Amino acid sequence: MLNIQNIRNDFPILSRQINGNPLIYFDNAATSQTPQVVIDAIVTYYSKYNANIHRGVHTLSQEATDAYEHARQDIQTHFNAKHAHEIILTSGTTHSINIVANGFSEFLKKGDEIIVSALEHHSNIVPWQMLCQRTGAILKVIPINLNGELIVEAFNELVSEKTKLVFVNHVSNALGTINPIEHIIKKSHNVNAAVLIDGAQACPHIKPDLQALNADFYVASAHKLCGPTGVGMLYGKEKWLNKLPPYQGGGEMIADVSFEKTTYAGLPHKFEAGTPNICGGIAFGVALNYMNTIGFETIAAYENELLNYATKQLLTIEGLKIYGTSKQKTAVISFNLKEIHPYDVGSILNQLGIAVRTGHHCAQPIMDFFEIPGTVRASFSFYNTKAEIDALVKAVKKAKTMLSI
Amino acid sequence: MYFCVKLQAVSIQEIQNEIVDEFSMFDDWMQRYEYMIELGKSLPLIEEQYKTDDNIIKGCQSKVWVHAKMDNNTIVYTADSDAIITKGIIAILLRVFSNQHPKDIIEANTSFIDEIGLKEHLSPTRANGLLSMLKQIKLYAIAYQTQIK
Repeated sequence: MLNIQNIRNDFPILSRQINGNPLIYFDNAATSQTPQVVIDAIVTYYSKYNANIHRGVHTLSQEATDAYEHARQDIQTHFNAKHAHEIILTSGTTHSINIVANGFSEFLKKGDEIIVSALEHHSNIVPWQMLCQRTGAILKVIPINLNGELIVEAFNELVSEKTKLVFVNHVSNALGTINPIEHIIKKSHNVNAAVLIDGAQACPHIKPDLQALNADFYVASAHKLCGPTGVGMLYGKEKWLNKLPPYQGGGEMIADVSFEKTTYAGLPHKFEAGTPNICGGIAFGVALNYMNTIGFETIAAYENELLNYATKQLLTIEGLKIYGTSKQKTAVISFNLKEIHPYDVGSILNQLGIAVRTGHHCAQPIMDFFEIPGTVRASFSFYNTKAEIDALVKAVKKAKTMLSI
Repeated sequence: MYFCVKLQAVSIQEIQNEIVDEFSMFDDWMQRYEYMIELGKSLPLIEEQYKTDDNIIKGCQSKVWVHAKMDNNTIVYTADSDAIITKGIIAILLRVFSNQHPKDIIEANTSFIDEIGLKEHLSPTRANGLLSMLKQIKLYAIAYQTQIK
């Protein structure tokens, strides 16, 4: 059981007032809030041991290097990767995807096929379109049904000997659907295609076991996991990371440099050119440890309770339609009021101190599928409460009254 | 000559002052928003023929269409949006800028938007097309001003 009041006390931002009302933060799928312990880690880093890592012999540099590498191990432990050097610290999910998309330019030829899903965020569509333009590979799309679920049979038909790569998100950011990635990974491996799973939306709710999952690549961002912005991870199987060419050249990623020839450093440094986000990496580790102290099973159970409660309460509002009605979903509710633009609803909710996301959620193909301009998306976290959901329902009713005058 | 001056439209600054006065009578945000929603509903729609991709200003969230034409050395703007609050703000912007001389539009400042508490709708983060619309209004004015010269 969660002691919600204790947990809420860990997040200083939750005591803010917005437009004269207590902040109700339901935009967790965009970014999560930061607990004091993570804020403290950031302050301690800059006030006690800020230094560049991996090459200084002085004490500060050694302390910073130790903390950074310790964070990498914490991340490895959390995701159950086989080796710490399979965890590349990046600026976030988008950066991680681009490292892989860029590297695969060398492996693909004209006529090869890569598969994405219709549920993807733009960041998991555009890099692959660019890859196709560079190589002449063909992009295939797994369609969705009206519940916002991938049509598995259609995927089974798309996979063939021509398939070289498959990219799917673990959880859809716009709808919250949990995708059948275990099946997708197995089926893709049967034809020797590599699989990248975008875990940005899944990781706040689900603790993936990367060795059991057997994905070739898995990517995530710290800022959705109670960590800071500007840091994330690329997990890749050692054999893939050794094969992939480096993405950026610079310091840190080299073994030897001369004007005739440069040899690259080993993993993980090959992909970490330049001075990394040292403080961010350290805080990422602290954030994961914080969430693990609460426990991901406890978090998932509580968020599921919030999801069920909110779904039931919101559906009492006449004319409210929920998009994404899979039985397998995380605590995300995307909805619209009949004949009312999501922007208008979001504007009224903000006046009442409620933060939701409105728009197409960087997933335009999904909005086109449902023939809507966008949705209002409320996404819940373990520090939210049923009382806040009651306030949301009341506020949506108010928005409806005001906008239907 | 005197007659001409009498006929001239109220200046941009005067209209802005009027709007600030009107908004100062509202007690709370709800009255302000209800007024904007009303305005949004009463805004004469842009003629369907101008609701084209050429005239669209795509925000991340709501769409805005703007069309401009010259009439006796003043610019007449018409506009529309798919979101009602956005439309209400458009109505306010058109009241200020439509039927004005291009030179006055170019030189006008828009600080009244802060004063009536609608700044958040015109911040770059809102991506509702309004900030781009304001830019577009000024760009049309610059274009027509060049024609007059």
